[in-house]
Amino acid sequence: MTTIIEARNVTKLFGNGRLRSGGGTVGVADVSFTVDDEKPTITAVVGESGSGKTTLARLLLGLAAPTTGEVLYRGKDMRRLTRSERRRFLGDVQVVFQDPYDTYNPFYPVEHALQLTVRKFGLASSAAAARSLIDEAMSAVGLRPEATLGKRPHQLSGGQRQRLMVARALLLRPKLIVADEPVSMVDASMRASILTTIRGLHERYGISVVYITHDLTTAYQVSHQMMVLYKGDVVEAGDVESVIRDPQHPYTRLLIDSVPKPDPDEPWALERPSEKAARVTPTTCPFVDRCSRAMDACSQAKPPLFRTSSTRAVACFLYEDAHRLDRSELNTVLTGAR
Amino acid sequence: MSAITPAPEHRATAFGADVLHVEDLRVEYVTSAGIATAVDGVSFTVRAGERLGLVGESGSGKSTIATALMRLLRPPARVAGGRIVVDGVELQGLSDEAMRRMRLATIALVAQGAINSLNPSARVEDQILDGLVDHGRAGRREQRRRVAEVLRQVGLRPEVARLFPHQLSGGMRQRVCIAIAISLRPKVLVADEPTSALDVVVQHQVMETFRAVQDDLGAAMILIGHDIGLMAQFATRVGIMYAGLLAEIGETRKIFGNPLHPYTRLLIASITTMERKTELKGIPGLPPSLIDRPTGCPFRDRCPFAMERCAVEEPLPRPVDDRLVACHLY
Repeated sequence: MTTIIEARNVTKLFGNGRLRSGGGTVGVADVSFTVDDEKPTITAVVGESGSGKTTLARLLLGLAAPTTGEVLYRGKDMRRLTRSERRRFLGDVQVVFQDPYDTYNPFYPVEHALQLTVRKFGLASSAAAARSLIDEAMSAVGLRPEATLGKRPHQLSGGQRQRLMVARALLLRPKLIVADEPVSMVDASMRASILTTIRGLHERYGISVVYITHDLTTAYQVSHQMMVLYKGDVVEAGDVESVIRDPQHPYTRLLIDSVPKPDPDEPWALERPSEKAARVTPTTCPFVDRCSRAMDACSQAKPPLFRTSSTRAVACFLYEDAHRLDRSELNTVLTGAR
Repeated sequence: MSAITPAPEHRATAFGADVLHVEDLRVEYVTSAGIATAVDGVSFTVRAGERLGLVGESGSGKSTIATALMRLLRPPARVAGGRIVVDGVELQGLSDEAMRRMRLATIALVAQGAINSLNPSARVEDQILDGLVDHGRAGRREQRRRVAEVLRQVGLRPEVARLFPHQLSGGMRQRVCIAIAISLRPKVLVADEPTSALDVVVQHQVMETFRAVQDDLGAAMILIGHDIGLMAQFATRVGIMYAGLLAEIGETRKIFGNPLHPYTRLLIASITTMERKTELKGIPGLPPSLIDRPTGCPFRDRCPFAMERCAVEEPLPRPVDDRLVACHLY
């Protein structure tokens, strides 16, 4: 079993707390997560803005260093990679960013981004070999090379640009693609093709995907397992089918209920916070101020994770009869999902 | 429980008079590559109390319509034909000054990205007062009272009046924008993608706010967006836009229950939900170029039902099953 990326009890704080008595802001708190070469999986990380999902992505990509805990690449702390290990890491772990408009240099034809990757990583020995690699990657994401090559970025639709970014990532045959809101800036009719492409790459090449999104519907459609973040905490995690069918954390339920259903006869209603809802402090549940099920216990301590089944964990006192799960063992319910 | 439920059927007859009438509207953009027809002969009416949703992909002309309704189109855009009548007044004939008086007082817009357009260095109350003062409404004390009232209407505490935009969350900022839009009690309220930058939970609150203020004003409302689920939940009628045309327009229930135009059918079929995992289906192909528009139906290249006639003759909106459909199938 080869572990590509392992986050161990990773916490990221912003601001060191010395300047203001309020302390730093929590980016993510005590998250453990593993991407395994042998069990490629699509994991959705969902949450609202400020939930820490992009911070988690940046930690996994080595673009940010954890305040405490560590992120390991093939067993070695990311901060101590040698030059050649760092290079290997870049080949193994690729990213697709949110904005397909910002990632291109408008002065070059779009394939420049792909050629650069081929060149920097020495993927091809001749121009012809480079061309065939690029053609192959483009076909894999459903772009016709003859209709795309030579175009400038503004001549492609947002969906095409984003698929080309996926093609670029694919050139390196990575083990993991981190996709940070890859479809949020793309028209609805284009979303399907990008998500189908991502799912197809997983199936065809065994690539793991961390799909960062605020959109529960697409998260449900493409992923196997899901982590729900709220203000930096993992509040619920597990296999996607059971999380969506039977959300246990009241926050997950709120997120699901908030999505307007495309049926005028289905109500679009949200539960109000309970009478026991209270102010949030570091020693309460982070969701106690908005929770429809808040109880006295919720304002007395921060709930730990409870293991509600072999593939589920939830940080909520409603489930305190279940076994406690140490936060460092979070990946035991996640990798159990498949 | 708080719910945004679509108006029940019996309310459909309870709507008031037509307050917005758009007839054969055409808008063009003059570009170096030629003239792009962004809106190509669109007609609809909205009655007081009604909520019309306009949906379509980017480039379908929905935002251009919103801008035209406010008569805020600037070159290279120009109105090439048609008329817009708001509360009995035809906009094209108005002087600039008369149009300025109509805006906010009779027709108000919550523009796309409005939430980022608040003045960062002015307090919320001053930004609401701007419109009130400009339209010369009431004395100082009355104006302050009005600020508190509109804030209450959008569900914000009176203290928010003294705050600056950076002290507010995204949802609160959008509600301030709504407060500004309703400050002169307009008869028509236009909202262009008002929740596209907001989280889902906040989106629900903002739409609930829109519904409450629209109910309270008895205004006609137009919601522009691309989220079909949101339209199903919020609009009493929907118009589906494609390449500058209204492909289909009718009561929300009718359209969702039995979509007729092939584009509407594909659009509704491509919706993914959390009910079950499905094949993710987009609509193959791309919309046509708006410059040198092809003759015939603009959807024909992507349409599974395209016939010979579709290539030569542009389908005009025809009444079918209590709605208008622009398709030769009917």
